[in-house]
Amino acid sequence: MYDFTYQKPGSVADAVKALVADDESKALAGGMTFIPVLKQRLARPTTVVDLSKLGLTGITVSADTVTIAAMTTHGAVAASPEIQKAIPALAELASWIGDTQVRNRGTIGGSLANNDPSACYPAALLAMGGTIKTDKREIAADDYFQGMFTTALEPGELITAVTFKIPVKAAYEKFRNPASRYAMVGVFVAKTAAGVRVAITGAYQGGVIRHADMEKALTANFSAEAANWVTTPADDLNSDIHASAPYRAHLIGVMTRRAVARAH
Amino acid sequence: MGFEGIGASVRRKEDQRFLNGRGNYVDDINRPAQTYAAIKRSDRPHAKIVSIDTAAAKVAPGVLGVFVGADLVAEEIGGIPCGWQIHNKDGTPMAEPVHPVLAVGKVRHVGDPIAVVIAETRQQAKDAAELLVIELEDLPAVAGVRDAIAPGAALVHDDAPGNICYDWHLGDKAMVDAGFASAHKIIRLDLLNNRLIPNAMEPRSAVGDYDVNSGDYTLYTTSQNPHVIRLLMGAFVLHIPENKLRVVAPDVGGGFGSKIYHYAEEAIVTWASAKVRRPVKWTAERTESFMSDAHGRDHDSRAEMAIDAEGHFLAMRVHTLCNMGAYLSTFAPAVPTYLYATLLAGVYKTPAIYVEVKAVFTNTVPVDAYRGAGRPEATFLVERLVDAVAKDTGIDKIELRRKNFIPADAFPYQTPVALQYDSGDYTATLNAALKVADYSGFEARRSAASAKGKLRGIGISTYVEACGIAPSAVVGSLGARAGLYEVANVRVHPTGSVTVFTGTHSHGQGHETTLAQLVCEQLGVPLAQVEIVHGDTAKIPFGMGTYGSRSLAVGGTAMVKAMDKIIAKGKKIAAHLMEAAVEDIEFKDNVFSVAGTDKTKLLSDISLAAYVPHNYPIEELEPGLDETAFYDPKNFTFPGGCHIAEVEIDPETGVTTMINFTAVDDVGRVINPMIVEGQIQGGVAQGIGQALMEAAVYDENGQLLTGSMMDYSMPRAHDLPNISVGTEVTLCTHNPLGVKGCGEVGAIGSPPAVINALIDALKSYDVRHINMPATPLKIWSILQAGRPAMAAE
Repeated sequence: MYDFTYQKPGSVADAVKALVADDESKALAGGMTFIPVLKQRLARPTTVVDLSKLGLTGITVSADTVTIAAMTTHGAVAASPEIQKAIPALAELASWIGDTQVRNRGTIGGSLANNDPSACYPAALLAMGGTIKTDKREIAADDYFQGMFTTALEPGELITAVTFKIPVKAAYEKFRNPASRYAMVGVFVAKTAAGVRVAITGAYQGGVIRHADMEKALTANFSAEAANWVTTPADDLNSDIHASAPYRAHLIGVMTRRAVARAH
Repeated sequence: MGFEGIGASVRRKEDQRFLNGRGNYVDDINRPAQTYAAIKRSDRPHAKIVSIDTAAAKVAPGVLGVFVGADLVAEEIGGIPCGWQIHNKDGTPMAEPVHPVLAVGKVRHVGDPIAVVIAETRQQAKDAAELLVIELEDLPAVAGVRDAIAPGAALVHDDAPGNICYDWHLGDKAMVDAGFASAHKIIRLDLLNNRLIPNAMEPRSAVGDYDVNSGDYTLYTTSQNPHVIRLLMGAFVLHIPENKLRVVAPDVGGGFGSKIYHYAEEAIVTWASAKVRRPVKWTAERTESFMSDAHGRDHDSRAEMAIDAEGHFLAMRVHTLCNMGAYLSTFAPAVPTYLYATLLAGVYKTPAIYVEVKAVFTNTVPVDAYRGAGRPEATFLVERLVDAVAKDTGIDKIELRRKNFIPADAFPYQTPVALQYDSGDYTATLNAALKVADYSGFEARRSAASAKGKLRGIGISTYVEACGIAPSAVVGSLGARAGLYEVANVRVHPTGSVTVFTGTHSHGQGHETTLAQLVCEQLGVPLAQVEIVHGDTAKIPFGMGTYGSRSLAVGGTAMVKAMDKIIAKGKKIAAHLMEAAVEDIEFKDNVFSVAGTDKTKLLSDISLAAYVPHNYPIEELEPGLDETAFYDPKNFTFPGGCHIAEVEIDPETGVTTMINFTAVDDVGRVINPMIVEGQIQGGVAQGIGQALMEAAVYDENGQLLTGSMMDYSMPRAHDLPNISVGTEVTLCTHNPLGVKGCGEVGAIGSPPAVINALIDALKSYDVRHINMPATPLKIWSILQAGRPAMAAE
């Protein structure tokens, strides 16, 4: 880890001010990705702004949305009876991230701001639809993800909350990378009033992505059998020592079918 | 106090401090005025060092010294020595290229240390290391053994032509050729044994502490054998006499073999400490561990079995290429020869065996012994080959094994590959394991799984291994440059409590408990009054440390012999105190008595008299009750047994689930059943890891693709099944405890059981062999390639 200036502001405004004041600043949410990156000297921020005292925790459920403040941990999402009731798939997804220690530190805002191509939350947000609320605006889910580790956030812009539209039913299926246990193929299927949305994480070079053919087939007939007829081209899929592109393409089919069958 | 002697599952004494976070590991040791070392390592597999500019690093904040290979050469610091010399078929010695402490002229693998920076803080040392300007000129590299021996391949060392370290063989070639000539059938199998990265929980660490006043050096290091390190580093590398060098290996958080060897960093911190005249600490980061801890396995073999019409094994032939990495680690040459080829008879009475082994240098991290060391490679080869024989002949795999087993009444049994097994009963362990695993009920479980769309399989491995390492004269004749005896000093204190100073080392095995139980058993002293001291050359006598499941069979026997001396001397003192003849004194359960009388003395009465010798036979007997025994074993010990794996494949994803695992082992007499069970379960966990998950993968240019936990798949509790452990005992015939050793059997016996189970699960796909690790990708690819016979219709 290189030396940096550490700040722990008490308000969103002060945090943004601290971030903007230094071109080489970085925000620290749960730190479950960022701290290993710092330890390996892969990043060299001059200022690190700790977001833990901004009061950005909490879960609000309305008739058709679930809103989670940015610094809410995966553990809190997983354990929330309101979320378990409103969107059980989201609570499940959170309960499968990392291990207990990671879930007790890692946050939904941190995950979405980082947009790791193998992270789980991006698939949930893209599939269910919703908005990212920042200190200055609201960004629709469809406009937010812009390629791996890339988002619509501007420098110094902070996520304050995330709102999910409650789907009719949904499920997340994750095939874990055998080493890292991140999603090697993660599929979030959401049946919504406006149709079925299917988001894939872990598999594509560009990060989280919607699967148009699957969505079409499942909107017409929400069944595992309907998903069975959709083939996924191996182009653009990641290929590495753990999974070839054709294997990932195959797993997208399997995980989608399983998610559809399990959707609740 | 309940029963605490041999056979009692007493809780591990050491766990109190381990579980409370109060262990004392090397990185916990901080010496006054300590400094920190950062090591600059090669990121290239093979390159010429054109220049190293240290100017900027030397003036960076906090920097106390920057050293490169040339600085060590200038002081005539030796290369890191190899502890075992193999001779080629033609009698010439193996190629033994220099292994510099810091690279000189060339770097030969990713992770090869080039320079070291010593600074006031760890951060400053790392900051300064980034200021080193190192110009490297890439050279062609070789990573795999076949590439390395191909004509025209790049040479790792100019003085090892063809990249061959040695070309060795064992067995009677003519007899094997004759067996093959008369064979009814020949079964052939090509197999790889995957390269593994040990990943002990505690990374390696070393603190060098030079005392400016006395000229004494102390090295605190994560070692399984501090005396071996003192000898190798003192005598061959740094030229420090033993009386001036103390090596301390305190609590060590797992070794699995990877902490046997003398590593460059130990020499660096010790030498640099004298240079900067302050203590120097280095602790590996996990990334450094991946590229600098000795790796394990990495064999490429062809195995052939000649059989007669009834399935009796007539002869076996094996050709193995083994990867040594870029340099020879301490015991590397012994692993694919005397710890591998000698085990190729397995548990079978195959009359003729011939094996050729070529050891090959590559631009990869050095390879050395890793839990099991050679024996897992041999067991995997033999047990896969036996299953291939069963498959090709249609003979049931169990019946085939029974037919070829060395019978229980044939011991001692001389194999055609040098070893003489002293005892065993392979039918007994097989029968017990079949029962525990409910083997007879398997087909019903297979059908039930099939109904759910799953492919279930069951696999067996019946194995033997050689441990309790080792008779010094034997290993010496085979090329060892060390003796492999063990030593114990048993000190009975004035009030009857006992401290044992053992030359073995505990790094997770629970010796502080198991060895103490031997004292409870033999001297009748309660466990709470027994202390086991290990790991400090300033305290313990010159012992050889812990590896090759030797601590109990060799170190424990040394303790028994030292305690025999304590009892013999105690009897003389007791005879004097009780005015009886020495021949009439008996000792049992802490009590000396005069036979046929009610006269008794406790051990504490005797020890008090020994240290307060007022009424004492001082003319004939020295005061004190403190005895040392060295013990050199007469033979290896030969644990064996049967492992059974039951697996289930999800054909949609290729994922294998371990349903359950049964290990029935004969480890000789069991001292602490709970600890034995834990050791075997741990070994099986590593074996399942090797079979299904773990692999150190290099690309063809020598870059390590699995350089972190993000890509190297370690098994987790979640990946493991219930592991049922049972023991069937035949006693070792040549040590007084009858013990054989249990540290490695789990890792030795289990991998072929898992792979055999997978092949059984895939029987409708006509799969002949699967190389490890059988990852979901690999299984899915197999399923894609071959539709089952039924489905093809």
